[in-house]
Amino acid sequence: MNAIVKETFKRRTRDEMAACVARDIPEGAYVNLGIGLPTLVANHLPKGREVFLHSENGILGMGPAPAKGEEDWDLINAGKQPVTLLTGGAYFHHADSFAMMRGGHLDICVLGAFQVAANGDLANWHTGAPDAIPAVGGAMDLAVGAKRTFVMMEHQTKAGESKIVAQCSYPLTGVACVRRVYTDLATIDITAAGLKVLDMAEGLTLAELQHITGVPLQAA
Amino acid sequence: MIDKIVASVADALADVQDGSTILMGGFGGAGMPSELIDGLIEQGAKDLVIVNNNAGNGETGLAALLKTGHVRKIICSFPRQADSHIFDGLYRAGKLELELVPQGNLAERIRAAGAGIGGFFTPTGYGTDLAKGKETREINGRMYVLESPIHGDVALVKAEKGDRWGNLTYRKAARNFGPIMASAAKCAIAQVYETVELGALDPENIVTPGIFVKRVVRVGRAAAQLKVAA
Repeated sequence: MNAIVKETFKRRTRDEMAACVARDIPEGAYVNLGIGLPTLVANHLPKGREVFLHSENGILGMGPAPAKGEEDWDLINAGKQPVTLLTGGAYFHHADSFAMMRGGHLDICVLGAFQVAANGDLANWHTGAPDAIPAVGGAMDLAVGAKRTFVMMEHQTKAGESKIVAQCSYPLTGVACVRRVYTDLATIDITAAGLKVLDMAEGLTLAELQHITGVPLQAA
Repeated sequence: MIDKIVASVADALADVQDGSTILMGGFGGAGMPSELIDGLIEQGAKDLVIVNNNAGNGETGLAALLKTGHVRKIICSFPRQADSHIFDGLYRAGKLELELVPQGNLAERIRAAGAGIGGFFTPTGYGTDLAKGKETREINGRMYVLESPIHGDVALVKAEKGDRWGNLTYRKAARNFGPIMASAAKCAIAQVYETVELGALDPENIVTPGIFVKRVVRVGRAAAQLKVAA
C-alpha cells in the first residue's frame, strides 16, 4: 500500500462525474440510467436537449420525481421511487421493455460497477461473498443489450485499490461489454487497442493516473 | 352467456392446488395483486413455487405469503432489498429455494411459455455464474445461452379494468409482468378495480385480450391509492 500523501489533483465530485456523462449523451438518444450513481446523470442533461429515458419496468420518456404529495405508486422507476412521465412518454410490458435492451434499441446505458476489466468485462451485481444474498435485476440484460455501455464509478475502492483491473475478481455481469468508464479521476475508453484516457481530473497527470490504475493506459 | 367475472377473491382462488407454480405480477409494489395474495394465504395452498420479480417487501403481500411457510421455491431477479427481511430469514435458514434469473430472461421465459416457444438463445448472462451448466451456442459471431420457458399453473395479475370476456387494461407502470404472465398460465386470474360492460373498453386499447384470462374479480382501491388518484 502506498503511503498516504496529499493529493495535488482535484477529484471529480459525483455531480461532476454525472455532468461528464451527460455531456456525452446526444439529443435523441434512448438511454437507461442504472440504479445508484448513474441516476444523477438525469439532473445534468441540459434543458432543451431531448433525451428519452427508459426504465426497465416499462417506461419510456421517464420524467423527474413528482412534487411532494403528487406521488403515484403505479408510476415508479427501477429503484422503486416515484417518477413522472413526460408528454409523449409510453408504458409497455416487461417483455417489450427488455426487448428494447436485448434487441439493441437503447443507444446508451450507464451502470455502476465494482470492477471493470481492461477488456471491458463488467462486475457489478454480486460481491461473491458466501453470506451475501445475490440479486441481479436487469444488470446483465442492460450490460449486453445497449449499443454502448458506460460505467460510472469511483476509480478506487475505499482501500485505495484500482477498480479498473486486468481481470475481475468479482463474479461477472457481462463479458467485454463496457465501452467507456467515467470515474472521479478520468474518462477512459475501452478499445481493442487498449485503454485510452480521454480526460482527467484537474491537476492529475497521466503518470499519476497510471500509478493509481492497475492496467496500462495510453493518451487518446 | 360467458361471464368470467367471479363474485369474490375466495371464489377466484378456490381450486388452487398444493404444489402449484404461481406467476405473480408486480415490480416491487406496482402491479402487485395484493388482494389475490391475501386470498391465497387464506386459501392455504402449500408447497408453492412463486415467480415474481422480487421476493417481497415489508410484511404484506408476497412477504406475508412467504411468512406462512407455504412457498417452497421462488424464481425472481431481485430478492435482496432494504425491506426483504422475511425472504432473507427464510433463505438463510435454508427454508426457501431461490432460482435467480436476470430480469429480461425472466420476462422472456414467461413470454416464451405463453407463446408456445420451447426455448430460446439469449446473449444475457453469457459467461456469468447465472449461465453455468447451460447450453451455449455461437450465432453469427456472438455467444448465446439456451433458456427454457416458465409455465404457470396459475397467474395472479393486477389490472385496472376488466369485462366479462376477460379483456383487461392496466394503469401506468403497474402493467409490468401482467400481460405476459396472463398468457403463460393455465389459469390466469385478474383482480381489477372496475368491472365494465362489454364494449366499454376501447378495443384499440385492450392490453390483455380475454383469451388469456380465466377469471376476473373486482377489488376495492386501498385508501392510499384513492388519495393518490384524487
